[in-house]
This record gives sequence, structure tokens and C-alpha cells, in this order.
Amino acid sequence: MGLTVGLLMVVSLLMLILVNGITAFWPKRVVYLELAGESQARLGEALVLAGEVVKRQYKMARAASQRRQVEWQLFVGNKERYGLSFRYVDADDIVAQRFPEQVISIDRLEYGDAIGEPIALRIQGDSELTADNPEFARRLEDLVHEVSARRREIKHLEHGAIGAINARMTRLRLQQRVLDREGTPPGDAAYLAIEEAMAPLQARYENLAGEARELRRQQDENQIVYRIPTGDEVVLPLGQIVGYHFPNQLGFWSRLGLFAHNAWAFLIQEPREANTEGGVFPAIFGTFVMTVLMSMAVTPFGVLAAMYLREYAKQGIIVRTVRIAVNNLAGVPSIVFGVFGLGFFVYFVGGSIDELFFHNALPTPTFGTGGMIWASLTLALMTVPVVIVATEEALTAVPRGMREGSLACGASKWQTMQRIVLPASAPGILTGLILAMARGAGEVAPLMLVGVVKLAPTLPVDGIFPFVHLDRKFMHLGFHIFDLGFQSPDSEAAKPMVFATTLLLIALVMVLNVGAIWIRDRLRRKYATGVF
Amino acid sequence: MALPDQPLEAPDTMTEEVKILDPIIRVENLYLYYGSVVALKDVSMLVPRNQVTAFIGPSGCGKSTLLRCFNRMNDLVENVRVDGVIELDGENVNVPTLDVIYLRRRVGMVFQKYNPFPKSIYENVIYGLRIAGVSNKAQLDETVERSLRGAALWEEVKDRLKESALQLSGGQMQRLCIARAIAVNPDVILMDEPCSALDPIATGRVEDLIHELKQNYTVLIVTHNMQQASRVSDYTAFMYLGELVEFGETADIFRSPVKKQTQDYITGRFG
Repeated sequence: MGLTVGLLMVVSLLMLILVNGITAFWPKRVVYLELAGESQARLGEALVLAGEVVKRQYKMARAASQRRQVEWQLFVGNKERYGLSFRYVDADDIVAQRFPEQVISIDRLEYGDAIGEPIALRIQGDSELTADNPEFARRLEDLVHEVSARRREIKHLEHGAIGAINARMTRLRLQQRVLDREGTPPGDAAYLAIEEAMAPLQARYENLAGEARELRRQQDENQIVYRIPTGDEVVLPLGQIVGYHFPNQLGFWSRLGLFAHNAWAFLIQEPREANTEGGVFPAIFGTFVMTVLMSMAVTPFGVLAAMYLREYAKQGIIVRTVRIAVNNLAGVPSIVFGVFGLGFFVYFVGGSIDELFFHNALPTPTFGTGGMIWASLTLALMTVPVVIVATEEALTAVPRGMREGSLACGASKWQTMQRIVLPASAPGILTGLILAMARGAGEVAPLMLVGVVKLAPTLPVDGIFPFVHLDRKFMHLGFHIFDLGFQSPDSEAAKPMVFATTLLLIALVMVLNVGAIWIRDRLRRKYATGVF
Repeated sequence: MALPDQPLEAPDTMTEEVKILDPIIRVENLYLYYGSVVALKDVSMLVPRNQVTAFIGPSGCGKSTLLRCFNRMNDLVENVRVDGVIELDGENVNVPTLDVIYLRRRVGMVFQKYNPFPKSIYENVIYGLRIAGVSNKAQLDETVERSLRGAALWEEVKDRLKESALQLSGGQMQRLCIARAIAVNPDVILMDEPCSALDPIATGRVEDLIHELKQNYTVLIVTHNMQQASRVSDYTAFMYLGELVEFGETADIFRSPVKKQTQDYITGRFG
């Protein structure tokens, strides 16, 4: 009975997340509502409201006697005009509804979606192309294609080439500061050498920056004009357009295609606009890298500890105490580990590293601030009891005959451990690692103290030497959920993203687990004895 | 205590008429304690070279414990103390300073329950060489063939040396364990009830093998099965309650035991 209830709750929770997460990407039709004059929902003087129906619900009754009224929640977009992306409309106030064919929904770089009816394209050095022109749709598609390509180019310039130059210039500036501190007289050969190295970099920087500026200017050359439901005409530079579709012209298959496109974009794009738009790729990547690093740290640490406790330490009161302490460690609230990580790893270890190796950069901390490596180590510390307990179990389960056989062949204890006992207990150790990963990947609280940020400008792994930047702050799906749902300026707009991100986090944890289980099963088959 | 001059006299707890001319192992006044329990009481004997010596006796009489003294496997058990002398070719091995690893290369062991490693057949055989640091492919290949032939397993597994050893049948696994033991060319092979987990056919093959092994090795075998002892061994030791009651040529022990306890045991009156 209890099991049924529990299973039912788990399944319905997953279904809820699945349905809500998936519908976030499903393109809905846009409805034009004509309102009764006295409606509270009207925007300005206009009696027309357009948007996607998010849900229909009973209004909260003010008095018990009041008739239960239905209200619609509408996603109206055009945030820069209306102030809010969502609008509630009383069902009673709706006079008529229609679904105009020509409605366009534009995903913009800023202010989220725009919903309106296209009027014309203003192309530089060309006449206006009106929306009723048969060429309109094709032309718009080409132009949006063009700006997207240009946007990628700009990003490539700014993140790739300019980023690399910046990194080198920063290094040179550091050298300069060292000279300053050492009191080298200006005009010294060392200064000159730096300046000499700096000059071509500066020139290339200017060059590239100019290139990027020019591209940015081109982005705004052409515009689209559309009429929003209030009747106002809006001019939007095409450079602002991320994507667009005609929601009322789509058939099922094109809707499905758009759905797949949206979902894919969510996975691979970077977030925009305080994380409420765009994708979550940096968060996926951050979570993944952190979990992998954590596993890499926790496995040797936990396995060595368990090996010592089980195989080498003299069993007695001390080992028993240590074992109890380890088990208790598993029950310590995770935020406590966060505080410990901040104090020990970030301030003490990181601070010492900065003192020793990055002295020149101080007071700007390099490792003395939250970062990927400290977050991974903190989580490793948090999950190490799980690995220790599982490893001890696995070591105990290795048959005595196998150890004796190895020892009788003239193997030392360490050789026996290394060649016989550890391989045979690998499946059990992996079970511990799976549990550790499941706990670690979903953890948020300690990470907020030791390296997770709302928006990380760079990934922890990129093309700039030394390629893996463990000192960088990173994004994390769990924190992203918290940030979207509770910290964003428009949490209503972010709600679908919250569900989608939750779904993604669950999926990522599942993928990591399935991967580990797959490895474990292969090992198990390899070491399946069945003889003992 | 030095060895007496030739011909060797057996120590006095042994049956008088046994003369071992070329002993490989000499045990003298061996006591073994599990905590405060005495498991072996004043055992003294000579083990003949290149012969099969069987240890028989009822359960708990200490025959396995004695066997495990020869390669110091009892070191692994906590709270065990061994007093007395065990000499292997004149060198006392029951001293803490002895290199146990070296001893175990000279004294191989086959266990009651076959215990191949979860590795390939090939890797199982050369395990002892691998841990000794041998990596010469030709030498390893040669050892695998020699050992598997020596264990009468070569013909059955020569085409699947790279497959897991755990796919073999019980009898094959036990012979693989014997191959593993002889791969390092030991002087002595200890067998702790090697056939107790095998069916009669597999038992027959292992017994035939033991016969062949004595050409090159000294075999010490612990067995519950008196027929087996009489079939495979040249010498037999009967143990009871931690004491070596009687030791002599197998034919004598089974035909005309001197001690009454021995006679009672081999005629099945107790045990």
C-alpha cells in the first residue's frame, strides 16, 4: 500500500515535469480576443488582445456567494510595450475570438517574443516590401538567415579571437605590474619589451574590434515593421531576430519540427535576458563537468580510505570510531559542506595557491574564489562516505579463496589487492560511485558558496590555453532552476523554462547513472564468478 | 638443531621403522595455537622428496592447519602462534624474518575449492610469473604450455587460452589451479582436499595427475577420503586431535597400522 502510494507519487511527479517541460517548447496558436469595453484586461484604449492561451482557470472567488468565474491566462509578449508578458482575461469579457492567418511570432534578442501582424520589410537601398507581397516570406527568411550567420561570426570574433588576444594582453599587463611593484624605472628594457609585445596585440585587437563593430552595424541595416494588437506599428531591426514563425499557419508536422528545433536550441544555446530566454547549454556543461570531476576526485579518495579501513588498519576501537564518523558524515546537511568548502578550499587552499603562484594578480583572486575545482572537491567530500561504505562492502564480498590463491602464488598483499581484490570489487565500487553521483549532481546549496553563478561568461573548458580552466566559476542546472523560478524578474515567463530545466537535470543525472550502470554490468559480467 | 648424520633417523614420535632417506621437509616439535587453543601438538616428521605424502584424519584433527604451516598461510589468520621448526631443504621457514613471498614461490598450493582468478586462462596460469615481474612473451607462452600440459589441461583449452577461466568446468578449474601452482616451478605442492568439490570422473583425472606430478615435485595432500589416500600416496600420515599419531609408507599404514587409533580410523570405526 505504502509502496503503491510512493510509486504513484514518483510517477505523477515525473509525468508533471515531463508534460510541463515538453509543452514549454510546443508552438501554440495565437488568438485575437475582442474584449467588452469595461474589461480590466485591456491594454490602453485597444479592445483587442492577442496571445497564446497558457491556461484557463477558475478565478479566486472574493466572496462565497459569488459565481465562480473562469479566467484565461494569455501570453501576450511585446514586453517592451505592455510591461508584462502575461495577462489575465475574464472569460465573460471576451466578445469574440479569431485566429488571423498572418500573425507572426518573433523571438527577439531582447524583451522576449513579439506578437503582431507583419506590415513590411525595410531593406536598405531598396524599397519597402509589403507583407502581402508573395516575395515577403522568402525574403524575410533569407534576411534572418543572414543576420544569424553574422551573429555567429560576431560571437566567434568576440569569444574566440578577441578572447585569446585579451588573455595574452592580461598576461602582459600582469608582467607590467610586477615591474611596477619591483620599482623598475620606466624606460627600462623590460618595459619596452612588454610594450613592444603589446603593440601588435593592441593593433590586432583594434582591428578585430572594428570588424565586430562593423558587423554589428550591418545587423541593424534592415528592419521589419509589424502592427501589435493595440494598433501601434513597431519597427524592429532584423539583427534583433533570433527566430520567427507564423503560429496560425502551421500544420501538425511543421509544429512538431518547430518543437524539435526549440528543444534543440534550448539544449545548445546560451541563456539570454537574465536566463529567461535562450538555452541552458552552459548549465548542462557545467553540471556535467562538475559531476565528472567530482567522480574523479571521490573515487580514488574513497577507495583508498576504504581499503585502508578494511584491509590494512588494525581492526579495533579507532577504526570503529572512524567508521562511525564516516557514516555520520553522510548525514551532515549539505550546506555545512558548502561552508566548509568555502572556508577550507576557497579561502585557505585557494588563497594559499594565489599567494604562492598567482601573487602578481592579487588582489584579484585566481583560485581564492569559488570555482569549478573547489565545487567539485566540496561535493567529493560530501559524497565520499557513500563511496567508502560501498567499497568496504565490496571488498568484504571478495571471496577469501581468491585472496588466498593469489597469496599462495607468491603475491604480496598489495599485489593481491591491486590485481585480484580491486578488480573483483570494481562493480561494488561503481555502485557507490553511482549513488555518489546521483547525490552530487543534484546538489545546489553547497555549490552556491563555492563557485556556481547565475551567469558565467565563459565555459570551464574552451580553446584558450590551458583549455581546462578549473578556477572559473560555472553554471549548474540545479542552481539555474532556483534562479529562474525564484530570482528572475518575470518568474511567470520563466515557468516553462523551470520545468524544462528540471526535466533536463533529471535526464542528465539519469544519463550519468545509466552510463555508470552500464560500465558496472560489463565489469560484473567480466568478473562474474558464480563459483564461490 | 642440526640434522643428524646419514642415515637419517626419524624423530621419536614417528613409527620406528620409517626411514626417510632424502627428506625435503623436516618438522620438529611443532605447536600451533589459535589464541589459547592448541591446534597442533608436538608434531615432528620428515617429508620425503618427490613422493606423495597424504595426511588423513577426522575433521578438525589439524591436517589442513599443518599443511598451511608449510607455506605460512596461517600468517593470514589472526591470533595464530606457531612454535617449532619447519625446515625446507635445511632452512627454517618458521622464523619471522623469512621472506614469505619467496617461500610461497617454492611451496605452491592448491585449495579445496578451486579458486581461479576472474581473468583469462592464460593470465591465470602466468599469474605467479606476472607478479614476479616476468614479461617476456616467449617465456610466458612456454610456461603456459608447459604448465597446462603438466596439469593435463593443455589439449582441452589450448584453443581458448584468452577466454575467461570461469567458463571452465569444476574439474578443469581445479586442474587450472594446479597448472597455476606449477607454473612458478615450485619444489613442493600442497593440496588441501583438492578433489572434495569434484565429481568422480574429475577426481580420477586429478588423481592421475598427482601421480605424474611426483616426477618433478614433492606433493603433500590432505584428504578425507581414505581410498584416495591409498590410491595416490606413497606415504601417509594419520593425525588425530592435533597430534601426528602414525606416519609411514602408505601400504604399511593401511595394511598393518601400529596404533590402535589408526586402525580404528581406517577400518571406519570412527571419524
